[in-house]
Amino acid sequence: MSDSKAAPGIAITADLLGADFFTLLGLPKRFELDIAGLNERFRQLQREVHPDRFAAADDAARRASMMLATQINAAYQTLRSPLKRATYLLEQAGIDIGAESNTAMSADFLMSQMMWREQVADARSDKNLAELERLQAEIADDIRDAYSDLAVMLDQENRTQDAVEGVRCLMFLEKLREEIEDAVFALEDL
Amino acid sequence: MALLQIAEPGQSPLPHETRHAIGIDLGTTNSLVASVRQGMSHVMNDAEGRALVPSVVRYQEDGSVLVGYDALKAIAKDPKNTIASVKRLMGRSLTDIAHRENLPLDLVDNPGMVSVKTRQGVKTPVEVSAEILRVLNDRALQTLGQDIVGAVITVPAYFDDAQRQATKDAARLAGLNVLRLLNEPTAAAVAYGLDNSSEGVYAVYDLGGGTFDISILRLTRGVFEVLATGGDSALGGDDFDRRIYCWVLEKAQLKSPPTIEDTALLLLRSREAKEYLSTHPEAPITARLASGEVLDVTIDMATFAEISQMLVSKTLQPVKKTLRDAGLRPEDIQGVVMVGGATRIPLIQRAVGEFFKQEPLNNLDPDKVVALGAAIQANLLAGNRAPGEDWLLLDVIPLSLGLETMGGLVEKVIPRNSTLPVARAQEFTTYRDGQTAMMVHVVQGERELVDDGRSLARFELRGIPPMVAGAARIRVTFQVDADGLLSVTAREQTTGVEAHVEVKPSYGLSDDQITGMLKASVDHARDDAQTRALKETQVDAQRLIEAVRSALTEDRHLLNENEFQLIESDIVKLQTASLSGNRRQITIAMDDLDADCKEFAGRRMNQAVNRALAGKTIDSVEEAMHDLHQVANAPLKEKK
Ligand SMILES: Nc1ncnc2c1ncn2[C@@H]1O[C@H](COP(=O)(O)OP(=O)(O)OP(=O)(O)O)[C@@H](O)[C@H]1O
Ligand SMILES: [Mg+2]
Repeated sequence: MSDSKAAPGIAITADLLGADFFTLLGLPKRFELDIAGLNERFRQLQREVHPDRFAAADDAARRASMMLATQINAAYQTLRSPLKRATYLLEQAGIDIGAESNTAMSADFLMSQMMWREQVADARSDKNLAELERLQAEIADDIRDAYSDLAVMLDQENRTQDAVEGVRCLMFLEKLREEIEDAVFALEDL
Repeated sequence: MALLQIAEPGQSPLPHETRHAIGIDLGTTNSLVASVRQGMSHVMNDAEGRALVPSVVRYQEDGSVLVGYDALKAIAKDPKNTIASVKRLMGRSLTDIAHRENLPLDLVDNPGMVSVKTRQGVKTPVEVSAEILRVLNDRALQTLGQDIVGAVITVPAYFDDAQRQATKDAARLAGLNVLRLLNEPTAAAVAYGLDNSSEGVYAVYDLGGGTFDISILRLTRGVFEVLATGGDSALGGDDFDRRIYCWVLEKAQLKSPPTIEDTALLLLRSREAKEYLSTHPEAPITARLASGEVLDVTIDMATFAEISQMLVSKTLQPVKKTLRDAGLRPEDIQGVVMVGGATRIPLIQRAVGEFFKQEPLNNLDPDKVVALGAAIQANLLAGNRAPGEDWLLLDVIPLSLGLETMGGLVEKVIPRNSTLPVARAQEFTTYRDGQTAMMVHVVQGERELVDDGRSLARFELRGIPPMVAGAARIRVTFQVDADGLLSVTAREQTTGVEAHVEVKPSYGLSDDQITGMLKASVDHARDDAQTRALKETQVDAQRLIEAVRSALTEDRHLLNENEFQLIESDIVKLQTASLSGNRRQITIAMDDLDADCKEFAGRRMNQAVNRALAGKTIDSVEEAMHDLHQVANAPLKEKK
């Protein structure tokens, strides 16, 4: 598969349907990735295979186009979210994050989660928008740091087990971020 | 192997030969047809030069059917046989119709979809819509000649599967080859974006006669990517008419209550007044009622603003939610394209302008822009791509799809705003030993409980080979195509038993429900979490009971009568607790049952070990070890 800059005429073959998401989108199989390249490549591929291109074609071609376009959408959704991307990379390496979820999280982490949650709950019940926004900025920082750590573990140091732990922490953090967002949204809406 | 011939997909064999395709805006109030001629999209007019066809169908005494302006004229005279706003009935059952008490029609609750009783018999909304589509198709045939290859029909972005399916059925009934169902705001964006060769993130605010859509799109070098869509399929210009109508009744203090004909007439006058107020400070409303009483009032802009303020803010709620779904703030939006006749209301212009802190874009005729965009898309789909013309639409599914799982919960399979086409597979397993059939129930909506969403389809997967509970692997695949229509396949993995269903939903989501569901999913997120926890505990309880019962069937001989009775009474207590809906009580009862089964479990274990040791051949030892393994690994209580 050529790189994302190689423009016209992408050879769409049956192999692509079975290809992993990175190969499908013509990107190196690593955590850190060029988002602009991903976006560009996604649009380029959809231009080639989208069902709208085959509205007048025969049934077989229409079905094939739908399957490929579906697969490309799935690949894009997975790769553009850092959490899904990391999970996918680990899965590709034979590690099922879901199955690992029984192992305990570190006590420190759980403690910090509880503190976070308390602060969010307090700010929410006090309808303290400024505080919620502060927490929002703080968690965004934490999340950013966690992703750069993850990038090092996955792309440079091959510390798979740490990466699993990192991904699981990030699941908590992302969930928390969502809850804070919900709270901010609910308050702004009043 | 080349899977797709990508050389010249969809192009006509002869470059100079144009294959005409049309775009149809099938509106609540007005419908239009357009096509691309000489590289430009044009709306087609009637002999009198009018582009709009009022979406009104009249079934006449002599068996003929009138559509459009002629039908509209009769609306106050013959309201029961003159059907307006049929779009509000598409894919709906009777109870789903908002304001049905205000409708002068005789509605019949047919299984599947509500129908209308007319002097020409009972008509389904699909048939009524097909009448409108036939008129539009005839107009196109007259303008273009006989070689129309197909049509793109627009639907509100917020239409669910049932409403889309109904629209497609109506087009087929009218003899049209449907190239694509296209979302109305997306169609508008195409007309706008290609016209202005814009780049960036745009919002399309589409307030028509009966529906409100908001879509956020990113335009990047010819790719129109819908980021999120939302709306309210029961909010439109009609509601402003009803406001004025109510105000008039209050103001006029009529001596006798209005008849059905009076209501139809006054609603029409209210609408005229609303439209007049868009360009005048005040509007007179006069009407002679059935009683002979003459009504004569005047409404001014300030009054209108006051009585409709609530509706204006009602459109801003979905706008906020949709922006949030797209992960954007108002200031990220480069331009707001205004679509739909009701956006001419100055109050709407102002509110939208204030919200986005910019002047909304009105440079395309809000009545025509949807049809113009549909025609451009139709032209492309028919294979008339001009050299260098290279653009693509990527649209999304407006409401999440899910499956019912144990305890009335919804397992979300495709989240709203997923780019189409999209497919997702989910694995399910059997719940009882020897279970050979399984119900698959497809649900649309945002809530976590089946009862709060809308049922789209049910089917049964039969012939699952009998296995122990949890051993079968049933993979259910949802595929939503580029029209936003769903098909479902289910397959038992170990044997390959397969079921395929075209989802022909029996009914759609109600007006109120559709908006209600989204709103409620945010408002009641916490309720849901609690209900969900309870349901899960109830499911756990049920599992525990099943497991104990199955152990009792096999090994009751290991218990004396007292022990057996104790376990039985624990089961009854647990069942009662489970029904009570008190989560704490259920947990306690589960612990009791679990404790009283400890001894029993130990004896079963011993029995398995003894059997294993008694076995002589390798095979039987392996078998016994397998049994042992199973007993050891079948904890009576599921780990959470
Ligand atoms: N000048 C105006 N001022 C205010 N409202 C207007 C004006 N012109 C038209 N409308 C209103 O716009 C509505 C019709 O808009 P439009 O034709 O865009 O709807 P539609 O496409 O038929 O409906 P939908 O898109 O909801 O299916 C009606 O309620 C009509 O009264
Ligand atoms: Mg419209």
